Amino acid sequence: MAIDTTPGTTHPGGGTPTGAASGRAWWARPGMHTAIVGAVIGYAFGHFLGNWIAVPGPNSPATYQQIGTADANDFAIVLGYVFLVLGWLIGLGVFTDPVRLMRGRRLSDAENGNGNGKGGLARYFRFTLDHKVVGVQYLVGMLVYFCTAGLFAMAIRTELLSPTHHVFSSSTYLEIVGEHGVMMMMLMTSVILGPFGNYLVPLMIGSKRVAYPRLEALSFWLTIPAYLILLSGIPLGGFHTGWTMYAPLSVQDTSGMDAPLFAFGLMGISLVLAGFNILITVICYRAPGMRWSRIPMFVWGLLGTSVLMTLAAPILVGGMYMALTDRTIQTAYFVDQLGGSSYLYQDVFWFFGHPEVYILALPGFGIVLELLPVFTRKPLFAYKVAAAGMIGVTLLSFFVWQHHLFDSGINPDMRPLFMLTTELISIPTGFIFLVGMGTLWKAKIRFTVPMLFCLAFFWNFLIGGISGVFVSDVPADTTEHGSFFVMAHFHYTIMGGLIFAFMAGCYYWLPKMMGIRLNQTLGKWHFWLMFLGFNSTFMPLFAVGLLGQPRRVFEYQANLQTLNDWVSVSAFVLGFSILIFVFNFVWSTVVVRERETANPWNSRGLEWQVPSPPPAHNFERVPVVLSGPYEYGVKDSPPVADLSPPTGVLTAAFSGPDHLVRSEA
Amino acid sequence: MSLPVRVGTLLFAFLAVVGGAIFVVIHFLLSGPPTVDYSAGVTPDQGHVVNVVMQEDAQNTVSNHPDWVSYFIQDPKTKQWVHTTLFKVPAGSTVHMTIYGYDGCTPLRNPVWGKVSGTIGNVEYINGTPTPVLDSWDSCSVAHTFRIPGIGLNVPVASPTSLTANNNLCGTSPCDPNAAKGAATYGPHTTVTFSFKTPMTPGSYFWQCMVPCGLGYLDGFGGPMQTLGFMTGEMEVVG
Amino acid sequence: MAETTQVPQAGPGEPSHGRRIFLIAIVLGIVADLLLWFVLGPHLPPGTMTNSAAENQRAIKLMAVMSAPVVVLVVTYFVYAMVVWRHREGDDEDGPPIHGNTRIQTSWIVGTTVVVLGLAVYGTAALWTANGAGAGEGPAPIFNPPGAKLTVAQQKAPWSPGQVLVVQVIGQQWRFTYRYPQFGSFETTELVLPVGTEVQFDVTSLDVIHSFWAYQLGVKADANPGVDNVAYAKPAQTGTFTVRCAELCGLWHGAMFNYGQVVTVSQFQTWASAKTIALASITRILNKCMPYNTTYDPTNFPANCRGRVLLQLGLTGSGGGFYNTGDPVQP
Repeated sequence: MAIDTTPGTTHPGGGTPTGAASGRAWWARPGMHTAIVGAVIGYAFGHFLGNWIAVPGPNSPATYQQIGTADANDFAIVLGYVFLVLGWLIGLGVFTDPVRLMRGRRLSDAENGNGNGKGGLARYFRFTLDHKVVGVQYLVGMLVYFCTAGLFAMAIRTELLSPTHHVFSSSTYLEIVGEHGVMMMMLMTSVILGPFGNYLVPLMIGSKRVAYPRLEALSFWLTIPAYLILLSGIPLGGFHTGWTMYAPLSVQDTSGMDAPLFAFGLMGISLVLAGFNILITVICYRAPGMRWSRIPMFVWGLLGTSVLMTLAAPILVGGMYMALTDRTIQTAYFVDQLGGSSYLYQDVFWFFGHPEVYILALPGFGIVLELLPVFTRKPLFAYKVAAAGMIGVTLLSFFVWQHHLFDSGINPDMRPLFMLTTELISIPTGFIFLVGMGTLWKAKIRFTVPMLFCLAFFWNFLIGGISGVFVSDVPADTTEHGSFFVMAHFHYTIMGGLIFAFMAGCYYWLPKMMGIRLNQTLGKWHFWLMFLGFNSTFMPLFAVGLLGQPRRVFEYQANLQTLNDWVSVSAFVLGFSILIFVFNFVWSTVVVRERETANPWNSRGLEWQVPSPPPAHNFERVPVVLSGPYEYGVKDSPPVADLSPPTGVLTAAFSGPDHLVRSEA
Repeated sequence: MSLPVRVGTLLFAFLAVVGGAIFVVIHFLLSGPPTVDYSAGVTPDQGHVVNVVMQEDAQNTVSNHPDWVSYFIQDPKTKQWVHTTLFKVPAGSTVHMTIYGYDGCTPLRNPVWGKVSGTIGNVEYINGTPTPVLDSWDSCSVAHTFRIPGIGLNVPVASPTSLTANNNLCGTSPCDPNAAKGAATYGPHTTVTFSFKTPMTPGSYFWQCMVPCGLGYLDGFGGPMQTLGFMTGEMEVVG
Repeated sequence: MAETTQVPQAGPGEPSHGRRIFLIAIVLGIVADLLLWFVLGPHLPPGTMTNSAAENQRAIKLMAVMSAPVVVLVVTYFVYAMVVWRHREGDDEDGPPIHGNTRIQTSWIVGTTVVVLGLAVYGTAALWTANGAGAGEGPAPIFNPPGAKLTVAQQKAPWSPGQVLVVQVIGQQWRFTYRYPQFGSFETTELVLPVGTEVQFDVTSLDVIHSFWAYQLGVKADANPGVDNVAYAKPAQTGTFTVRCAELCGLWHGAMFNYGQVVTVSQFQTWASAKTIALASITRILNKCMPYNTTYDPTNFPANCRGRVLLQLGLTGSGGGFYNTGDPVQP
């Protein structure tokens, strides 16, 4: 039973509801500190095990001669990582509940201290079942990951200031490029679904909880070891393959290569869990009256994202696993001389890799279309077309991946086919623009900071999307593939799209999540510097790519230096704008803490109808939804929902096929 | 928490983060092997001569990768062997290079690199004998190559004929070409000499080995082959 | 759900926003297109040195011209909206409750579909007419010029002007070398091509994935180990061109480049004969150990080549000792 309907149980996972918090001190209960201890012990054990198995010696049965000549035991490193993650999770207390249930004992909320709303600041450092806490954990985590990867980007642009004078050695430069790429592509997949999806989806659909709070929390707690393991590649010698980690180069690389392969695979697991949770929550936990035609567009976007995460991420995990076995236990999946194929890696990787970029794009679409009605005071134009766009993008994204391989020597019959499917995917993507433009028609646009980011999104994604059409055409792609043109294209769609939408979401929803407001003046400075800096950085890169500069190079033609210098300086401005944002965020949430009203944007969204921050279980009673969230300007429209439906009304409201919630709370 | 406590924590966290980042940058990202300077005190006029001395060993006892093959460069002033592959030469000069080859042979993945090119006379002198081409497969005579693609220089470094396995017979490395038999730093070696001209324009020219000697790595091109200070490096031309 | 039109009638005196936007966009779009086609067009990368490059350039030009009006329209709309429909101080009313407009929605969907399908058809046609437009087609290319040489025997037959010239591009860490099978299979680091001749590039790799990107030739073909990736170009002008590696291949990927030349046919023949003589000694060794083939396996050179080379760890040392004897079992 998805929801425990035993009368009186309102807590996730069942168990007797109790009001008293656990009596144990914060350091005696499992939390991040015990997780770290577990991780250290786990790594040491795994590393020892790997050495025992693989290093030839008098007591070892192994014949891994290659380890003796290479002076590196990748097997020990990888096993170390495996047990690190296991130790981390054990230390965090992830397994205590399942083990307890297996032993036939009852879960006690008091023991877990997982009662929603209890625990103060310490609960943010624990494995918690409260989706709102997980959302905030994700938000802080994502900011840390984004800024770390951003620092690497600043280092890249520093190196590219001169084609002849080198700040970093060529080896270090490739490490930096790889760290930036993997960190961004691996962690930013959850930059919106993690913080905003986990926090807001239940509130938006009128639910008191998510479907799988444990999976949700687990998905967050896996991001931290993934991040740290990725960084551990640097002291181990770094990896020199870029974020795509093509074999056989990745099989050839030194010990630092195990880090991104493992970290990305781990993050893949996190993606599956996070996506699956949101998917089931949206399908099964909608409040009565929350029909499919009324769910917010943000939720539609996350629905598409979740489907992609659940279906595509497992392939990533498989690909990373194969690369790791090639590196450690002498399989030959990707080594041509022994019957493997370098194409296998490319296909497995991009079969995930393409849906991955739509995992990055869809939440951005969702946020922007969610915010537009609020700041134009009009209904969302062509709601069904927008939903069709999300669904269309989701479905088609599985059919385009070979466009990354146009010049690789794939069967030439495939190329017109994939050119067609790639061109076709721009149709549902275009729906977002249709809906956005229609919503602006005769609107009353309020230029708040979130709205500025939404409008900038449209410009950025327009450029990004149109440049995508350029690369989808095979003859043009002959010049553009593997050059800075592609770089500019995907930075425009991912950073210009997703990250700008993320910023919009931050400014919009932080009052909801924390009850405080971010400084709007700093916000406007942040916006303008970021928008101008971003465009100034990436627009010239289209030209740089078309003029012949390949990706991931530390030297380039001398005549491209002026353009590269312009781009680097603009990148520093862009980095500075992010600094302003981080300062604003931290200062406003930690120091100033200026209280904000419950619904400062006057939004009709269901999440805004409860206090900010929301109470422990979101809603006193499961609401009955009476109309859609975008009914601005509609005369005599009913309120969004009835938050205190009288008992007995719910039974009557249950008629109809798409009401699945049965709880009577 | 009260306001001063919050501000204090924030400040502390900020300083920790900045400190950590600076540490990572300096310790991991900006560190690297030293550069041996053959251009110091040399006036960059035409036809000036510089003598560069290197050796390549099958193993080394000076790094945490003892089984990695490695080049060493001799410092011109102190005559000490430095574990690096980066060196500086003046522009527009003639470089007489001597390489002591201590390592055994491995065949080339592409036999075309057995041909000497880019040197004066297009030959190399192996123990004094001028040689234009080496067949690394037939006679297993090539240990490593010294190749600077940017100036078209390719020199296969011969391996001592008395070695039958890839083992460095020096007890410790870097080995000493002047050591007497029986000393710890003694080992059979070949002496390869050749000359080339450095270009007039200053710049950084990378050099690499073309022999797949990165044992334990796929195709023999990983590990030391892609790590500065072992089998690949940079020749910086200063003017 | 009010999907059908609910547009409130425009009040008296209210301008037709749609017409205004459309007019501005059309004018700007036409200006942009004219500039793109006539002023920028002839200078677009990668130039017209070969037929493949010209096709690349034509594709870029066409897409620029098709996308410029779209960009102009969307940007004009947004700017217009931000200027005309901004919130005025004191007006706290909501906007008009427009849920959709079937006519606009349908035209948009149909229009975008038509444009997109047209581009796909154009792209396919361009591949067909330009022999693949310089993109690597794998070992069994379908967009071939007449007289393409696709078997080793055909490729080793001597060349005469007017025939397809076969150049094998061998990628290895970190240099491209070029092998001319029609001239006795000599291998050199120089790339020289005759003008007016159809050139067939057979691109392969000896170790990891590289990518042969001859910029001014408009050719890009990935070099995969054990795979023969074929691409075509026909130079129409003499000159110098740049070759860069376009797929990250290790430490010195950024320095993996060289320059090539397109010269007249007689200059090319002179060069080729001179090279054949100059490289005779190494070519003899090459043909013994690495006889010309479309792909190579450097760990398994023929037995008559292997002289005094020891087999270590099951393979010759050129495998790097990464795999143990029999582990995995050799196919």
